[in-house]
Amino acid sequence: MLRAHGLAIAAGGRTLCRELDFAVGAGELWAVLGCNGSGKTTLLHALAGLADAASGLVEFEGRVLADYPRRELARSVGMLLQREDQEYWGTLADYVTLGRYPHARSPFGGDPAGDALVARVLAEFDLAARALQPYATLSGGERQRARLAQLWAQAPQLLLLDEPLQHLDLRHQVQTMQLMRAAASGGCALVVVLHDLTYAAHCDRVLLLDGNGGHAQGAAAEMLEQKRLERLFGCRLAVCGSGDAAHVMPVI
Amino acid sequence: MTRHLPVLAILAVCALAGLIVALFAGSVPLTLRDVLDALLSPPASEAQKIARDIIWELRLPRALAAFVCGALLAASGVLLQVLLRNPLADPYVLGISGGAALGALGAMLAGTALTVMHLAAFAGALAAIAIVFVLSFRAGDWNPHRLLLTGVVLSAGFAALLSLILAVAPQAQLKGMLFWLLGDLSDAGASGGAWIVLVLLIAVFSWCASSLDALSLGALKARALGVAVTPLQAAIYAGAAAATVAAVMLGGSIGFVGMMAPHALRLLGVHSHRLLLPAAALAGGIFVLLADVMARTLWAPQQLPVGVFTALVGVPVLLLLLSRKT
Repeated sequence: MLRAHGLAIAAGGRTLCRELDFAVGAGELWAVLGCNGSGKTTLLHALAGLADAASGLVEFEGRVLADYPRRELARSVGMLLQREDQEYWGTLADYVTLGRYPHARSPFGGDPAGDALVARVLAEFDLAARALQPYATLSGGERQRARLAQLWAQAPQLLLLDEPLQHLDLRHQVQTMQLMRAAASGGCALVVVLHDLTYAAHCDRVLLLDGNGGHAQGAAAEMLEQKRLERLFGCRLAVCGSGDAAHVMPVI
Repeated sequence: MTRHLPVLAILAVCALAGLIVALFAGSVPLTLRDVLDALLSPPASEAQKIARDIIWELRLPRALAAFVCGALLAASGVLLQVLLRNPLADPYVLGISGGAALGALGAMLAGTALTVMHLAAFAGALAAIAIVFVLSFRAGDWNPHRLLLTGVVLSAGFAALLSLILAVAPQAQLKGMLFWLLGDLSDAGASGGAWIVLVLLIAVFSWCASSLDALSLGALKARALGVAVTPLQAAIYAGAAAATVAAVMLGGSIGFVGMMAPHALRLLGVHSHRLLLPAAALAGGIFVLLADVMARTLWAPQQLPVGVFTALVGVPVLLLLLSRKT
């Protein structure tokens, strides 16, 4: 579905990642891990067509991103931004409904199918009771769920999520992981920036960025190996459990 | 759309009521009957002919000019608040009125005819628009902060030059210049052109109102939702500039409308641009219309600059709304 060729990522004059090739297929859930400033967000922006990569190219369904009209691309590729500091004046439901923007056919026509989808998504993210509350009065975690719900209302085939679990309580972290998995099972492809190794272990594939141009990719079990992660993050880790239930934890 | 209609209907009724008040009020007292006769039937007597002339030649054109001025400034305010991502942006922040004022006052200083002064104001506004556009739009990278600062710096420069003109201008011309700077509708000519700009502006931006909603979430987010951000920003800039020029040409720089009308509506819960744009235009129109009625009746027959009244009403209302918000 998504294919990157010889991608180089640079920010602030530093090349963070070079010669990156990878392909994300339908039904796959990818985690992107790396230290702060290692280029995860910049990579996601390049994959979403929001910023040009320093070099290389990104294709969605065999077509270079730059060849898509913006609106058509947004029907297929959606992105959860890490930060959104814009004040929004409307209600939560209005905010989530903005996700239907790329699907609107006429500027004045109604969108019953979209409205039904918005109602369903609000329920899925536990937001139905808050639907008519002004967005500005929501808590940080509720806003994060509203942003997720907006992306789900956009209903793209490729979802790029930059730290989707930030600000969420434990229950909603788990719930969001489940919804991401459900989206993958439904034929979507997801690329997710994460910091929590436990959740990364539930992804299919993992991409590691070291921030100095290097990168590694592979099956989650292979990538989330103790020594490799200790080198990547520069801190000591311990392994708990064994087999499928094994996961790595920081030693403090 | 249906939930929008009550708000627009209420504002439209208020606009009509304001128009009727504007036709009544003035130094010559007229009864409701006089006004209705003048509007609806041919004159029968000499007195009715005078009433008819007062309504058709003086009060109605003046009221229409005041209304369209306010509507244009408010619509331009809505657009610039989206473009600059600042709820308190106002149509003058980009230096358009400064440029127009420099042209107008320069022409007054040179002692030219009224038409030349209008042309000079127009040329000054276009020059300001061009300078801000060229300086802030480079290689597709449109940074709202740079746009805002360019406008602010340019406005400061214009303000200095305007002070210079005021300092060297002969005594006799000072009053006209001050009135122009404060916003004054007593020289307002035919407002047909301004109405065309207003209708086009509302039509175009109502058509892409959902793009404005998306853009108000920030440029990056809007792009992720599928908005072609750069063309939209260029269109907003052009639309807001055209509206501001049309308003400034009619009434000088009338303050506070462009900032206040949209902001007050937002604080009252109107936020979707499909509703906000026409509602703000109506509210701005009503506001300037009533302010102008006060300007020409309170000290009659002496006429005061309308900008004084928009500020006198605008400042406390805006302070009240702002303090309510926190």
